[in-house]
Amino acid sequence: MSTPVDDWVPSAREVERRGLRRERSRRDLAVATVAAVVVIGGLVVGLVLSPGWPTVRASFLSWPDAKASFHAVITGFLKYNVTGFLIAEPFILAIGVLVAVTRGTVSAAMFPLRVLAIVYTDVFRGLPTYLVIILFGFALPGLQLQGVPKNTFWLGLVALVLCYGAYVAEVFRAGIESIHPSQIASADTLGLTRGQAMRHVVLPQATRRVMPPLLNDFISLQKDTALLGTIFIFDGLFAAQDYAAYAFNYTPITMVGAMFLCLTVPLTRFTDWVGRRAMRRQFAGSR
Amino acid sequence: MLLALGCAPQDSSATATDTSSQPTGQTAADCASGKTLKPDVLTIGTDSPAYDPWFAHNDPSNGKGYESAVAYAVAKQLGFQNSAVTWTKVPFNSSYAPGPKHFDFDINQISITSARAKVVDFSDGYYSAAQAIIAVKGSPAAQATSLADLKPFKIGAQTGTTSLTAIRDQIQPNSDAVVFKNTNDAKTALANGQVDAIVADLPTAFYLVAVEIDHGTIVGQFPSTGEPEQFGMLFAKGNPLVGCVNQALATIKENGTLAAIEKKWLSDTVNVPVLK
Repeated sequence: MSTPVDDWVPSAREVERRGLRRERSRRDLAVATVAAVVVIGGLVVGLVLSPGWPTVRASFLSWPDAKASFHAVITGFLKYNVTGFLIAEPFILAIGVLVAVTRGTVSAAMFPLRVLAIVYTDVFRGLPTYLVIILFGFALPGLQLQGVPKNTFWLGLVALVLCYGAYVAEVFRAGIESIHPSQIASADTLGLTRGQAMRHVVLPQATRRVMPPLLNDFISLQKDTALLGTIFIFDGLFAAQDYAAYAFNYTPITMVGAMFLCLTVPLTRFTDWVGRRAMRRQFAGSR
Repeated sequence: MLLALGCAPQDSSATATDTSSQPTGQTAADCASGKTLKPDVLTIGTDSPAYDPWFAHNDPSNGKGYESAVAYAVAKQLGFQNSAVTWTKVPFNSSYAPGPKHFDFDINQISITSARAKVVDFSDGYYSAAQAIIAVKGSPAAQATSLADLKPFKIGAQTGTTSLTAIRDQIQPNSDAVVFKNTNDAKTALANGQVDAIVADLPTAFYLVAVEIDHGTIVGQFPSTGEPEQFGMLFAKGNPLVGCVNQALATIKENGTLAAIEKKWLSDTVNVPVLK
């Protein structure tokens, strides 16, 4: 059966419609371009024409200083900021899940653990991370206890894990509590124990639901590794400040800023993508 | 204005004999007139906390401690009574920031180096500090008699200081030098056993050992390498006051004031062994 597809000619109205659409997209493109040039160009011109720009550029964007400090800064950044984040993250997840699950238990025997879990989240979420790091880095070794490491990198990581564990525990708890009770009731009727229901029914759904806020906390953790400089860990930012103090030039600080962005921006994009994917799956085309 | 006019003749008469060596015949006070940030007030910056023995009781305005005393002696030469001097807190990290400075000069144990002098102006040096190693009495690091003996130890110093450079360049320890945000942290880490030894300039080391660190001892001082670094006052680039302050410094060096201040506030450093 031959179809008259090739013979099809758009109606005059369709031609007009297409023309209008083309016209509109051309106009949108032009408007977006002009707006972008005006806004971004305005910002750049405003920056470059500001009276202090030459001194700021010399102080924050000097190529010789960037080259001279690069090795020390990247070494500190990889050795402490990136490594510290990678080591801390799994422990934070484990503590977060454990504490959240403990708070969700109902058995009477678990009462003391529930209280501990509540006290833990209250205390470590309520204290500035900076302060906890100073306490762990300086006060704990001062006790001269056997078995307490003197190396402040590990002490600082423990402080970060405890602070972020408390945040992540609350994120998980919110996720667990958002699962509809009918899910647990269904697990009950299938003969699953409370523990099994948590493990196989509630947690998988809860984890999916809290992925975006969880990744958000991890981005924040990546930046907070810079707080380790307080307890004399020579991380990227501290190495940059050290160079700056000798050369009286802040360029390495700009540079370490760029390094942090290289680390956090991909994770930020990934977080967005995970959020969109979850949305797509959950609403299955209904939006 | 009245205050400046009132002060200037008084001080110029007091220093009349010294100024005869100045080719211009102009006193430091004449020189400084009208060149300060605020009229008739000399604004001096330093970091907080202000450490002993450079300052005393964390109060730069009491005239006690070496740098406080030097600052007031210079101020006097510049024609400012003590009451016309105000102090402002200047964290070391912000002292070299671009943009206008909110002090006439900053006095904070800042070493004069050519790299730094590209960004700010320095006065002539007012003190040349030797570097010293501090350890806990009886510890293995305290037994060292040469820089090479110190290589196996964990040694730290404050960021941005000549002390830290001395560890990195002269000792070159087997593990990286430990870098502290400030001297207090270095002191705490030494007491906690988190480092084996710390380096500070000799006057600070004397103070730390005498007052701040239990069972601390000065292991020795670094051998001098060529031209020793000097502490200078820090000015905004191009500040016309630099010349006046240099003239004032020259006067208090000549008339013995600076030596008297050093004798009063800094310990005698001759008995410290030099590490080979």
